[in-house]
Amino acid sequence: MNKKLMTALFGAGTVMTSVTACGGGGDGEAAASGGGSCSVPIVNEEAPVVSVWAWYPNMKTVVENFNDTHTDVQVCLTNAGQGADEYAKFQTAVSAGRGAPDVIMLETDTIPVFALQEALVDLSEYGASEVEGNFGEGAWRDVSSGDAVYGIPIDGGPMAMMYRQDIFDQYGITPPTTWDEYRAAAEKLKAAGGPLMGDLPANVPAPTVALMQQNGAEPWTYDSANPTELEIDLNSPESKEVLDYWAGLVEDGLIGTQDQFTTEYISGAINGDYATYISAAWAPGYLTGAGAGEGADAGTWRVAPLPQWDPANPVSVNWGGSVLAVTSQAENPELAAQVAKELYADEPSLTDGWTSQTIFPLNQSVLNSQEFIDHESEFFDGQTANKDVYIPAANAYEGSTYSPFGTTFYAQFTEEIAAINAGEKTGSEALDDLQAEMEAYAEQQGFTLN
Amino acid sequence: MATLDTAPRPVSPAAGATSATGRRGTRRRKRRGNGLVGWLFLAPFAVVFLLFLVGPLLYAFYLSLFTNGLATGEEFAGLANYSRAFTDPAFLSGVWFVVRFAVLVIPAQMLVALLAALVLDSLTTRFAKFSRLMIFVPYAIPAVIGAVLWGFLYSPNFGPLEQLFGESAPFLLSPDNLFYGLTNVVTWQWAGYYMIIIYAALQGIDPAIYEAARMDGAKAWQIATRIKIPMISSALVLILVFAVIGTLQFFTEPQVLLPISNGSITTDITPNVYAFNLAFRFAQFNYASAISFALGIVVFIGVYIFLFLTRKRGGFLK
Repeated sequence: MNKKLMTALFGAGTVMTSVTACGGGGDGEAAASGGGSCSVPIVNEEAPVVSVWAWYPNMKTVVENFNDTHTDVQVCLTNAGQGADEYAKFQTAVSAGRGAPDVIMLETDTIPVFALQEALVDLSEYGASEVEGNFGEGAWRDVSSGDAVYGIPIDGGPMAMMYRQDIFDQYGITPPTTWDEYRAAAEKLKAAGGPLMGDLPANVPAPTVALMQQNGAEPWTYDSANPTELEIDLNSPESKEVLDYWAGLVEDGLIGTQDQFTTEYISGAINGDYATYISAAWAPGYLTGAGAGEGADAGTWRVAPLPQWDPANPVSVNWGGSVLAVTSQAENPELAAQVAKELYADEPSLTDGWTSQTIFPLNQSVLNSQEFIDHESEFFDGQTANKDVYIPAANAYEGSTYSPFGTTFYAQFTEEIAAINAGEKTGSEALDDLQAEMEAYAEQQGFTLN
Repeated sequence: MATLDTAPRPVSPAAGATSATGRRGTRRRKRRGNGLVGWLFLAPFAVVFLLFLVGPLLYAFYLSLFTNGLATGEEFAGLANYSRAFTDPAFLSGVWFVVRFAVLVIPAQMLVALLAALVLDSLTTRFAKFSRLMIFVPYAIPAVIGAVLWGFLYSPNFGPLEQLFGESAPFLLSPDNLFYGLTNVVTWQWAGYYMIIIYAALQGIDPAIYEAARMDGAKAWQIATRIKIPMISSALVLILVFAVIGTLQFFTEPQVLLPISNGSITTDITPNVYAFNLAFRFAQFNYASAISFALGIVVFIGVYIFLFLTRKRGGFLK
């Protein structure tokens, strides 16, 4: 009997260690990468070193450029994983109180998540205003909350509609300029037995949020000066109109329900399973890296401005893009702030970034350079995509406010979109449920809802 | 998973039975200093055990007594996290999922393992050795890699199903098929391991018993059902305990397949996946600790009830 008790206890005990054991692993890794080897050599050994986590594929070149040109400070670069992987490590380091780097690359929409935990330094105290003029108003609003500034933008993701010219030609479709035309084109494709018009991915709700904002929705109202006050408005008529529209496309079989950033989706995009890809300015680079535009689909891609709800009042929205933020664990915040301001801000790095299609820079020096404006994109078969589509979209972007618990919000929205895609809910029902869930969560986390 | 890796692996139930007869060591105990030497021998295990199992457990329990609201900061909460856990629909649906999953997957695993072991036990050719290895191989493949491979096999765009069925290929991770898709992966992974345990138990049976049975006119299937299976019942109970604990902790496969499931695998599909995501995605370490402990309580109750019900057969735990 006693042994049975012990066995049961043992079984139960190992369950509980699984979480804490993982915690220990992540922490150790973070601490090691903070002070250990750098993936780019330090040039000036005497200078103080600032540790940086970043994942863009050309980061090594960028850091080399920085270290070669700076005698007062050097950067020690670590690739701690892309997006969510890096955030998980950073989150662990924040919770543990140590192990975070001095400077970290974050996607714009995750800034409030970490700012709320006081994990990021307010850069307005460290001369952020010096570089404010380098960026558009929307881009700067994205990194600010009230008077506080939590990051220096690197790149953005002005949204547009990528499409397959070969499919459009075959079925006699012209690029839709409104969402009504988009649906009409989708119906035409289906009637002719053509491929799907687009896709509603459950796993990446960020573009869907952006499309709701395009119709005037403001799902989150939040100012880090009053961190416990929050306004949530996810089920506004504007949001419902957008999500009902997409749910309708799904219901009628006009678009796919495939998760994106998967081999499944990429192979579908290359095979021509989708006539359009509603995405951002970094998408051509991402697709190229994933192998698109090289085989049978070479030269078939084009890009057009995002379709509009009201063509008389076009609205530009943004999906993705990154910033460099200074963590509150930085030993020397001033030095770290200098790195955040100057890393990936020099002309050679920016040029390398946009010519290699790694980033769509937000730095005005690039946006206004003739070379960038007139660039003929190879991926888009010589189309001057920057001039025609992306630069106007970037300049018209007005900025937005993101959720202070974005990871939880996205996870919940993922479940709601999955329910839409499974035919269980309409867009309105999903948003009403999402609103209730997010209100309950916010209250449970101690926010006061306005 | 952790339990299955660290649990003692009995080679044969017979060994457990004979060691239970006990040993006489009363005379030795009188000597001084022996106790210290004993502790020294225990030390390497004890240090690791305390440091990596007991210590983290206590720390997790400590964490679970606090709440850390994003807007409120850390506060002592007593058992509030536990009352929240046992009323949290996400946790309860996760528990319900693994319970339902256990009901389906454990019999499936055991049936496959038992049949394979019985067949291999009655074969004496070289083919038997080869088959034994092949059935065992999935267990030797790390669960993460196994899950990634199944992700490709299940792919509707370039998996083998697509080549067989073309456009109408079923997606085995869709909401309707998910349960069976995962059952298949887990059965494939563990059946070989259980097969080895059963096989070892079968090898421990005295062949003279079969000979006697044959002389009495028993046929092969009668030997299997009337002699072999009853004689290895304690091994079967052992497997059941492993399988119950392992299935209630179900984590690796859903976590790995989550990003390619088009949303049908949620972040709270099983209690362990839920605890992991709470801690490392949603920054709720305190509540995640409470969820882990709550799952521990569920596993404890489940295993205890199970052991109580099978106490007559559970020879290995007497």
